[in-house]
Amino acid sequence: MKRLMSGNAALGEAAVLSGCTCYFGYPITPQNELTEYMARRMATSGGVFIQSESEIAAINMVLGASVTGARAMTSSSSPGISLKQEGISYLAADELPAVIVNMARGGPGMGNISPAQSDYFQATRGGGHGDYKTIVLAPGSVQELTEIVPLAFDLADKYRNPVIILGDGMLGQMMEPVDFDNLQRPPDYEKDYTLTGAKERPARKIHSLIFDTKLQEEHNWKLFRKFRLMEQNEVRYETYLTDDAEMIVIAYGFGARIAKGAIKRLRQENLKVGMIRPVTLWPFPAKALRDMAKTVNDFFVFEMSTGQMVEDVKLSLEGRGHVHFYGRPGGVVPMPIELSRIIARHYIQAQAGGRRRKR
Amino acid sequence: MKTVYKRPKLLKEAHFHYCPGCGHGIVNRLLMEVIEEMDLQESAICVAPAGCGMLLYNYFEIDVLESAHGRGAAVATGIKRARPQSLVFSYQGDGDLAAIGTAEGFHAANRGENISVIFVNNGVYGMTGGQMAPTTLLDQVTTTTPEGRDPVLAGHPVRICEVFSKLDGATYLERVAVNKPAAVKKTKKAIAKAFQRQLDGLGFSLVEILAPCPTNWKMGSIESCQWIDEVMCKEFPLGVVKEVRGGDRPRAEAPGGAATGKGASCS
Ligand SMILES: Cc1ncc(C[n+]2csc(CCOP(=O)(O)OP(=O)(O)O)c2C)c(N)n1
Ligand code: SF4
Repeated sequence: MKRLMSGNAALGEAAVLSGCTCYFGYPITPQNELTEYMARRMATSGGVFIQSESEIAAINMVLGASVTGARAMTSSSSPGISLKQEGISYLAADELPAVIVNMARGGPGMGNISPAQSDYFQATRGGGHGDYKTIVLAPGSVQELTEIVPLAFDLADKYRNPVIILGDGMLGQMMEPVDFDNLQRPPDYEKDYTLTGAKERPARKIHSLIFDTKLQEEHNWKLFRKFRLMEQNEVRYETYLTDDAEMIVIAYGFGARIAKGAIKRLRQENLKVGMIRPVTLWPFPAKALRDMAKTVNDFFVFEMSTGQMVEDVKLSLEGRGHVHFYGRPGGVVPMPIELSRIIARHYIQAQAGGRRRKR
Repeated sequence: MKTVYKRPKLLKEAHFHYCPGCGHGIVNRLLMEVIEEMDLQESAICVAPAGCGMLLYNYFEIDVLESAHGRGAAVATGIKRARPQSLVFSYQGDGDLAAIGTAEGFHAANRGENISVIFVNNGVYGMTGGQMAPTTLLDQVTTTTPEGRDPVLAGHPVRICEVFSKLDGATYLERVAVNKPAAVKKTKKAIAKAFQRQLDGLGFSLVEILAPCPTNWKMGSIESCQWIDEVMCKEFPLGVVKEVRGGDRPRAEAPGGAATGKGASCS
């Protein structure tokens, strides 16, 4: 049955249906509906809800709950996510699962409360200190959240690593029809690392302090091998009208919805534009882009920032193809018509320069 | 022959890394004694700090999670709420609890989290080499107060028990010391009481333990112990700072509920 829900509320419901029993959060716009939803929902589902004194406290409560084996989540928006980085680094170091939601807003600093995509670097590069990565999932619609949320909890448990859901104020606050009919609660994993008291087993210790540099190095390589596995197995993306495309737009999250609107217009004018929408921002669909470059010359990156993902696109293509960029930072959300005009200009110039599909 | 003292089984046969005369070793041993005597090893979960106590997981035969500097009370909150049946305590130094982790400790106390905080106050940052802590006494020389702590520049010593005593959620706050045998006995009793209160679901408890750090105080071990009596106790008076009896609690049960133990044998 379809219900009209905000992205934030739908995310909360999907989390509970995915087996999340502990939520800790601190108010910040544009994600407050999620914290408020969890306050009500945890009371009825018998779960744990704490409005913490800070984002730092919230992420550390998540760490505590996670170490007991519970599915735990916290959410915030950009400035609060900066505060959570310490805890995310510890979660990664301790190999503990957790789901962290960022309904991003304009920045840097206090910025504003409008939708933005300027936390891409922070999310995809680890974000805190030390050598680590987090899987970053970027849903583009409220309905997609209901698939992303169980996936996030599953991947967190599977790899024993924090997973980030990166949305933005638009996704969090807009209301769309959504149903949870196909939501599958992820399986419970055998957890042989949890702290539950040393009953019928030796005492356990979980720590990230490793004074011995050789052992720390080995721990780093162990994590690295895990991250490489994620890169091999967990890349997710959507393609849209790529078969005959002369130009591929790369956009994610809400940006991809604007891009889709733009592409629909361009197609009406017979401009052959398609799209790759990364769903996992890390691991990034690098191979998909490289494969596309066998036939396509022009790649157009659109982000609601001054350009962050564009670096991953360039790294992925390794010089194969021309990379175009258009960005609107600061919480500005362009209309599809604006984007379609910009793309058209680049497209026509590329064609005039003689660049066509290589086939 | 009568055994008057033995090493608790829960204290591993490892050598302490603590300096000679350090208070941490005594507190570590007391904790394991109390947990053993109260038969709580199967439910206890300890949250270790950043500070000289951070390696206690090498000595404790119970489950231990290390936390980031100052976050012990928040981490313990997460554990306890998710597992109310466990005995959960954080072990924190004065830099850890009274500086970087003040917010986490304060609000865990204010929410009346059913956890215990073992707070080792040695008046300095031991691990990082003897810098000023919030608890450093006025005129006390540290590496960052080379002329002695000047309140105009560096503020006054923080009395955590007294500050927390104003919070309705904090129900048991006691300051003790480990500088002489009688004081050590009292410390053990206070720890046992804090744990028993947690088992009874009475809410937030904190035991502040004045402990010597001879290395950074630049004193001998015995002199350090005397200094606690003669100087430190004047600023940090020993005794129960607050104790709310079970029936007086405004709420029937603390968040996180009661822990399970097989009863206390330590009075
Ligand atoms: C975020 C962060 N800042 C600083 C440090 C460095 N550091 C480690 S322990 C410590 C202070 C320890 O002092 P205290 O809590 O009084 O414990 P003690 O060593 O005296 O027992 C500091 C500043 C750290 N580990 N993490
Ligand atoms: S530096 Fe001080 S607190 Fe740290 S181990 Fe040595 S005596 Fe103990």
